[in-house]
Amino acid sequence: MTALTPSGDNTLLGQDVATRKIGRLERFLGPENYRILTGLLKTPASIGGLILIGFFIFIAIAAPVIMPPVTPNDPYKIPRDGFRSDPRPMGSEWTRNVPDIPFWYKAVTGKDEWVHIMGTSEGQYDIFYGMIWGTRTAFQTGLVVTFSTFLIGIIYGSISAYYGGIVDNLMMRVVDVLLILPGILAVLILAAVLTPRIGKSLIPAMAALIAFGWMGYSRIIRGDILSVKERDYVLAARVIGVKDSRILFRHILPNAIFPTLVLASLAIGDVVLSFAALSFLGIGTEVGYADWGQVLSFARNWITSLNTYWYIIVWPGLTLVFFVMGWNLVGDALRDVLDPRMRGKT
Amino acid sequence: MTTYIIRRLLLVPVLLFGVTVLIFGMLQFLSPVERTALYVRDFPKNEKAIEGLIKRYGFDQPFYVQYWTWLVGKVDKTTGEREGGIVYGNFGYSRSASQPVAELIQRRFPNTLDLTIWAVAPMILIGIWLGVQAAVHHNGFIDQAARVFSIVGTSFPTFVFGLLMLLIFYANLHWFSPGRLSDEFNRVIESDAFRHYTTVLTIDALLNGRFDVFLDALRHMFLPILTLSYINWATFLRVTRGSMLETLRMEYVNTARAMGLPERDVIFKHAQPNAMLPVLTLAGFSIVGLLGGVVITETVFNFPGIGSAAARAATSLDVVAMLGFALFNGFILIVANLVVDVLYAFVDPRVRLS
Repeated sequence: MTALTPSGDNTLLGQDVATRKIGRLERFLGPENYRILTGLLKTPASIGGLILIGFFIFIAIAAPVIMPPVTPNDPYKIPRDGFRSDPRPMGSEWTRNVPDIPFWYKAVTGKDEWVHIMGTSEGQYDIFYGMIWGTRTAFQTGLVVTFSTFLIGIIYGSISAYYGGIVDNLMMRVVDVLLILPGILAVLILAAVLTPRIGKSLIPAMAALIAFGWMGYSRIIRGDILSVKERDYVLAARVIGVKDSRILFRHILPNAIFPTLVLASLAIGDVVLSFAALSFLGIGTEVGYADWGQVLSFARNWITSLNTYWYIIVWPGLTLVFFVMGWNLVGDALRDVLDPRMRGKT
Repeated sequence: MTTYIIRRLLLVPVLLFGVTVLIFGMLQFLSPVERTALYVRDFPKNEKAIEGLIKRYGFDQPFYVQYWTWLVGKVDKTTGEREGGIVYGNFGYSRSASQPVAELIQRRFPNTLDLTIWAVAPMILIGIWLGVQAAVHHNGFIDQAARVFSIVGTSFPTFVFGLLMLLIFYANLHWFSPGRLSDEFNRVIESDAFRHYTTVLTIDALLNGRFDVFLDALRHMFLPILTLSYINWATFLRVTRGSMLETLRMEYVNTARAMGLPERDVIFKHAQPNAMLPVLTLAGFSIVGLLGGVVITETVFNFPGIGSAAARAATSLDVVAMLGFALFNGFILIVANLVVDVLYAFVDPRVRLS
């Protein structure tokens, strides 16, 4: 009998059979999900996107340090330097409602007193303040809306997929109807109906975006569950009499959820864009709330003199574009990774 | 084919029912008093009178009764006249525009149609062309450039791009201006000599032989068209590119090449027609999107179409008008959905056989 322990020279084998170390993260996520994650960290475009996102996260966290609030109880209120209606140019002196001087200010600008770095908009709202604190608003709305739509979509889609048959059919027809509603109009109506009830705040617009935003996720998760449902371990669980809800939430969902999760996390850019569009139209927060769309909407009355007041659209516009672009860059890489035709290629 | 169309037609009433229930359902967030206030012009202060109104219009009835009343209206027992009823085109009275909603839609829709007619060609054709170029030069310089272009395009919110266009071409260069027409031409089209054959401005101008009016109308539509096109090119580019890449990998394309056909013919005669199927769907929905009124673009450029009217109604909480717009829009969408599906079945035999 030969020895059971393999002996001899295996180096030749090593050349033909690819071997690689499997890290802890890969073991935890599984090979397919790990591929998605590493795919996102590979292209320069997606890394650029991640850097942009990181930059905005930093601003959101450091907002009180970058721009000390003038009214600490309500930091989202943009301070007004007087009440004159026409905008004032960049670098003009800040006389009323001046914030404290933060430590970076003198070193970066070389000035002793606050000036309006990006100018003021209609009604003397400081644009720079609006941009910095607006980043927090953007993340707040983006995260809440995305998380809620994701949760609703997941629950709805999994119930529909798991039960199948007539339940599935009915539930998906409801989704069809919701998808056929003209998107922005439906959101506008709901926000307009909710506003007198709740008052002007972030909530009506967010609720409307949630109500009409979850259908996509429910479709995707439904498809993924339908494929996971056929696997042997699900059958095995059913054979030994595991409850429906347990099979669904413990066995099927964890194995089907990852692509939807990644997709959802990248939808934050789109959500923020839609929200900004709503506030640009005048639905949403009260006047003077630090919110990019609202700061942009101040420009609507100054279209004829934009050549002098260009800063009232360029700065908020660019902020919004870079924010959305960060998410889109990562999303674009993700689309390549998730594309089934690309599977197997690295 | 016939069974496919019939099956598809049967879905239409279901969708119509769903859409109307949903739109009406959103009203239920308001209390009966608030709902009454939407429809009554001189809203009484005293509580008895309000209650009388609620009773009279049936706002205290169960949801399905109210829905039915909203749908078909209510016949006054003494006079025999019908009040309300959206199936009879009675959408209610818009406060923000101070006229009945049906009339408002009738007045605004030709403008939106005008914009759609002129925006469709540049939007779709250039988008497809970009996509084909990107696919043919896969991974080459053009492909990378197209990729950057499309990411930048999708990252630009419509209103930011529109405002930037206004900043450059209106405020600084004075080439194009927002609105519908210059004042002098507004007087022309309001005069008796100018006959409104179709109510679509550019077509009417041509029929009247007024090229100056026609050109002025086009000039005012240039920036909205550019904005709509730029925003949509990215999507068309991406879909065309993906579909084209897939088609170019197919065996029959190789066969065509092996037979020695010139590359031009391989790409434009053999590959492109087959790659256009997903683009067809996208084009259908883009056109419908335009017809339904582009809320933000029309608002930014102060263009008097359906979309800007809807935006105005929304900001002044004119719910009645918004319901009207949503219904109109939903109706267009359902019809267009049907048309696209049937067309698709014509073009692609796999669809009708499955």
